Amino acid sequence: MQKKVMLGNEAIARGAYEAGCHVAAAYPGTPSTEILETIAAEYRNIKAQWSPNEKVALEVVAGASVAGARAMAAMKHVGLNVAADPLFTFSYTGANGGFVIINADDPGAWSSQNEQDNRHYARAAKVPMIEPTSPEESRQYTKLAFELSEQYDRPVIVRITTRIAHSQGVVTLEEPTKVDLKPFIRDPQKYVMIPAHARPRHIFIEGQMIKLKEYSNNCDLNTIEWNSTKRGIITNGVAYQYVKDVCPDASILKIGVAWPLPDAKIHEFCRKIEELYIVEELDPFIEEHVKTLGYKPIGKEIIPLCGELTPEIIDMAINKKMPKNEIPLYSGNIPGRPPALCKGCPHGFVFEVLKKLDVVVNGDIGCYTLAVLPPYSAMHSQGCMGASIGMHSGFEKARGDEMARNSVAVIGDSTFVHSGITPLIDLVYNKGTGTVIILDNRVTAMTGHQDHPATGKTLTGEDTHELDLELLCKAVGVKRVRKLDPKNMDEFEKAVKEEIAAKEPSVIISLRKCILKK
Amino acid sequence: MKSVIFAGVGGQGVILAGKILMQVAMNAGYDVKESEVHGMAQRGGSVDCHVCFGEKVYSPLIEKGKADYVIALELLEAMRKLEYLSTNGTLIVNNFKVNPAPVEAGLAKYPDDIESWLCSNVGKCHVVDTAKVLKEAGSNKAVNIVMVGILSNFLEFDQKAWEEAIRQSVKEKFLDMNIKAFNLGRKIPLS
Repeated sequence: MQKKVMLGNEAIARGAYEAGCHVAAAYPGTPSTEILETIAAEYRNIKAQWSPNEKVALEVVAGASVAGARAMAAMKHVGLNVAADPLFTFSYTGANGGFVIINADDPGAWSSQNEQDNRHYARAAKVPMIEPTSPEESRQYTKLAFELSEQYDRPVIVRITTRIAHSQGVVTLEEPTKVDLKPFIRDPQKYVMIPAHARPRHIFIEGQMIKLKEYSNNCDLNTIEWNSTKRGIITNGVAYQYVKDVCPDASILKIGVAWPLPDAKIHEFCRKIEELYIVEELDPFIEEHVKTLGYKPIGKEIIPLCGELTPEIIDMAINKKMPKNEIPLYSGNIPGRPPALCKGCPHGFVFEVLKKLDVVVNGDIGCYTLAVLPPYSAMHSQGCMGASIGMHSGFEKARGDEMARNSVAVIGDSTFVHSGITPLIDLVYNKGTGTVIILDNRVTAMTGHQDHPATGKTLTGEDTHELDLELLCKAVGVKRVRKLDPKNMDEFEKAVKEEIAAKEPSVIISLRKCILKK
Repeated sequence: MKSVIFAGVGGQGVILAGKILMQVAMNAGYDVKESEVHGMAQRGGSVDCHVCFGEKVYSPLIEKGKADYVIALELLEAMRKLEYLSTNGTLIVNNFKVNPAPVEAGLAKYPDDIESWLCSNVGKCHVVDTAKVLKEAGSNKAVNIVMVGILSNFLEFDQKAWEEAIRQSVKEKFLDMNIKAFNLGRKIPLS
């Protein structure tokens, strides 16, 4: 059988291809972006698309599943927050064709605004979640997720983390399965969640989760590797690999089904173990469950709750040994390399102006968030995709005209399309007078240059309708809309001064393509 | 099992260097794992890539104090990865400086004693000057491949195996230049 070195994300794309996936949708987000990029580049028979945001991507995929296709959405952890609304109710409607969600958590917040642990979503939404520990398992588990989804009538989440998504390993390539569309049957009791339909579906899915617990107890995703019973470790995800290296003599219960957890297998393991540890990244998700089963494992007392785990953290926590070499410490100062805007970046011109004007800047998610750091130090709030405009309205509600005359919201083109339109409607509707600067660099830059609706190109590089941001802003009721090149900084400064002075809503589209874009 | 860390600055091709090593090891029948970081690191930040190969590899991350080789494409980046090197490990470092943003902004100083400090404190340390061979190879971008060429002298795979791995890892139109850079790197005499 052919073998290839692949990134975890590439292996997931391969798994979807081998499973006969028909439709895939996503919004880019580190560390999940390469999944859809790989599908678009390598597996052209899958209809793959960027959606404006994760909620839409999940809805497209839900629709494709109900219509009988095998379908997959991919997103980063915070993307699932955006898609949480459809997740919770599509959990009730379940699947027709295999319905798979790839969720990429980012312990360590390598490229994210938080370190949330999305295993909680599986429990809260009553959806099974499986977790690979390597690129090869990423391929296998993605494939399996489609099967489980159809078998148990549930969306299935495959949870990976940055170190699975962005680590490479040897992957075995299998032939793709040819899967036909399942028939679409009009079944409003299953697919239309009015309260009268939702109540019985709730009972149904609770029953399915009991069946899935049975599956979890018996499947080989949850495996006991017996060794000395003196020390036993329950672990999951990439932490399993670290444990294998640093605790070679311990018995291990490897958790591949994050939810529902395998109670019977946990009992089988814990009963025989003298000293029980739980090694999991982020929250004590397995640990708290194991405690409810009556055991007293050692977990978060010694394994950090925050940040990414590493082999040495586990080595120190469990083996009480500090791994280090005998090279002396350098006494001088090693200057860091904080990420910075590229030389010639269009955002740089904008932030130089905003810094000079010394206005309050409500920021958003993208490369331009780096303007919070020197040399600009010109960003004062930021939270999630689209929040700049909503928070900008809130600043004005709280502090009135004086604040509105001395502040702006800044948001990238892709972020604006993702989540900025509704708060702009809110600003106009609720009689705000603030100024929004759309940093239009013609690309989703931060995640590595993906197209979006306002670039006029699809994921597969085809031409499509180009969303006109200027017309859109006018359509929601902003009368003062200007478009200008920020490189002409004097003109740009004049425009910002005029717009923030105007006592009505305004939008400045700062138009200059990303310096890295060809 | 052998473990190698490549370290450099965004744009130096650290991840491609790792990819070539993985490819040559996989072609030889070894299990391989690698770990890299995308995203913020690409904006002029530090980039590293851990590669392990052997009969069976578990962790894609190398534990501190356990790396057999640290291959640094830039001097400061060598300093950042030193804690990963095993006591008997080998450090190969390119005698090249890229000023971090705080140095450019005059807020910090690039230490001027790194090279001599490394030579007197790391047992197996080779500081190399790649400038000349890069000129000969015809591209400054090939620094990653030149460093792979130097590393190749320490590993068991023969020249043909490396060239095949490079062929499998780089774009066709850059192949000849890369093979040339590899072989020039392989012949750099080490201190």
